[in-house]
Amino acid sequence: MSLIDVKNLKVEFETADGIVSAVNNVNFSMDEGKILAIVGESGSGKSQTVFGMTGLLDHNGSATGSVKFEGEEILNLSNQKLNQIRAEKIAMIFQDPMTSLNPYVRVSKQMTEVLIHHQGVSKSDALKQSISMLDAVRIPDASNRIRMYPHEFSGGMRQRVMIAMSLLCRPKLLIADEPTTALDVTVQAQIMKLLADLQKDFGMSIILITHDLGVVAGSSDDMLVMYGGEIMEIGKTENIYASPTHPYTQGLMSAVPRLDDSEERLVTIPGNPPNMMKAPEGCPFAPRCKYSIDKCNSESPILVKASNDDHFRACHVSKEKIL
Amino acid sequence: MNNQPILEVKNLKVNFDVSSEGDMPWTKAKKLQAVNDISFSLNAGETLGVVGESGCGKSTLARAIVKMVPAEAGEVIWLGNDLLGLSHSETRPYRKQIQMIFQDPLASLNPRMNIGEIIAEPLRTHYPKTPEADVQARVIDVMNKVGLLDNLMNRYPHEFSGGQCQRIGIARALILKPKLIICDEPVSALDVSIQAQVVNLLMDLQEEMELALIFIAHDLSVVKHISTKIMVLYLGNMVELAKSDDIYKSPSHPYTQALISAVPIPDPNVEKNKDLILIEGDLPSPINPPSGCVFRTRCQKAQEVCALEKPEFKGIAQDHSVACHFHD
Repeated sequence: MSLIDVKNLKVEFETADGIVSAVNNVNFSMDEGKILAIVGESGSGKSQTVFGMTGLLDHNGSATGSVKFEGEEILNLSNQKLNQIRAEKIAMIFQDPMTSLNPYVRVSKQMTEVLIHHQGVSKSDALKQSISMLDAVRIPDASNRIRMYPHEFSGGMRQRVMIAMSLLCRPKLLIADEPTTALDVTVQAQIMKLLADLQKDFGMSIILITHDLGVVAGSSDDMLVMYGGEIMEIGKTENIYASPTHPYTQGLMSAVPRLDDSEERLVTIPGNPPNMMKAPEGCPFAPRCKYSIDKCNSESPILVKASNDDHFRACHVSKEKIL
Repeated sequence: MNNQPILEVKNLKVNFDVSSEGDMPWTKAKKLQAVNDISFSLNAGETLGVVGESGCGKSTLARAIVKMVPAEAGEVIWLGNDLLGLSHSETRPYRKQIQMIFQDPLASLNPRMNIGEIIAEPLRTHYPKTPEADVQARVIDVMNKVGLLDNLMNRYPHEFSGGQCQRIGIARALILKPKLIICDEPVSALDVSIQAQVVNLLMDLQEEMELALIFIAHDLSVVKHISTKIMVLYLGNMVELAKSDDIYKSPSHPYTQALISAVPIPDPNVEKNKDLILIEGDLPSPINPPSGCVFRTRCQKAQEVCALEKPEFKGIAQDHSVACHFHD
């Protein structure tokens, strides 16, 4: 049984200018112990997909469809039940650790209250567990540093504190929303290594949201490419990098300059990302796609198998014409 | 003329005064060395890439060259004249020749001016007597150059996307026909597909107009793509300077090596099998930099001499200099 199973997920926002559909018809499932990367540019709906799944949408947003976690429907549950799930089974870390931590409260209090509230352990036990968790994320001198305030930590250390906090209740699934975007490359390498080690030690699954194709290549088993609120391609990371079958994935891969390669000119994708207020009918990528045919502008393509090993693509143009 | 560098920076130093919490009014402010002893030269048509992590002094270096922050010591020699020794009004003629573009494209455009006015402003400031028809013609000319339709001239910045705003910033920098453009993280705020468009645009313009560029970014892959030579900074100090291929193929400084190994390569086969050199810990405080070599606190090769003696920045091969006692 898969850990999480998403069917026909749709996320819409009611705004003063009308309804914006941020996520359309998203279907995917993920197995236990895997790392799934969701890749896309800003506004592609990658964050809203997981916010919709976990009930964290803004007050004007609504999600429809079905999200099954360990076989149980969790979409649009009551806040109380969702809080229980989000505390014990699904944890989340965000891009900017400073905005996720309370600047007025010592790290010790912020960490122990998770355990005291959700698992009813005593204060001293909670402190002990928190210190050992800070050790696990390799914060030196954890027993002293736990008494510090968030501003006394550096950016990389703060992200470690966030990771430690999210793991306190031993979640089954960790959702990491751009966890290293605000960090320098050398720190990013440390954090990604740490996440990979923790994933093995704790046996959890990770959904990694990122726009950095390099990070995805190094750390995920499966990947999902989003554009304009829809899934363009989904499959094993190695397969997608080896042979991207969707024009958008291909464009994205060749637009990134590689350090180990010196091409004269970058390949660009002409045009700009779609305005979701008036999302194009049909395939969202059609206006920028060099392969687009008439059908692309009227009918939205659905995900179909691209090859035998769980590789799916959403494109009207056949794979052979693109490769 | 072509072999004569257009810009030469010699031993540039920038310090900031900082006071910390609990200081008495009479306590002497501490010195933060943001840029320490940086020297390089740049020829026409060349691109110097400047890389380093946040807080290493990349932007301060750029600002010191155009005198947006005062330098403590050193020389900035532009076409034979030391800019730092000139007064404000004496600097003016040279400002036309050096222009800047910034990271956040929207924040660097005045929201109450339309695009035509924004792009024309440098021209109107430096050549106030230009007839209006000529100004309009020049604006249209640079807009076409950067790939903007000239009928967008009466629109306002908020109506444009990030990539287009960056094109507007580039057009504004180009209108004075500068010889050098300093780009401070010009593509960091853009999506990859747009980033590639802007990088290509800058490279095309450089070829067409014989521009020299100083390209500051933290993304080593982009910097390597666009630059002729690359300077690596750490805590305000130069650690390595070499041709961009050499920096990637034979990095000599332990920090450069770690930095290069930390850059993720978008290819699972390469990425999952590479030897990652992790550097432990965090950047030390620039108010209290380590004695001797600034990188020694995180360096795997550090020995006693590194704490005692600051390594000299010296050439180890042609066009390749490094500051390390134990370089490869």
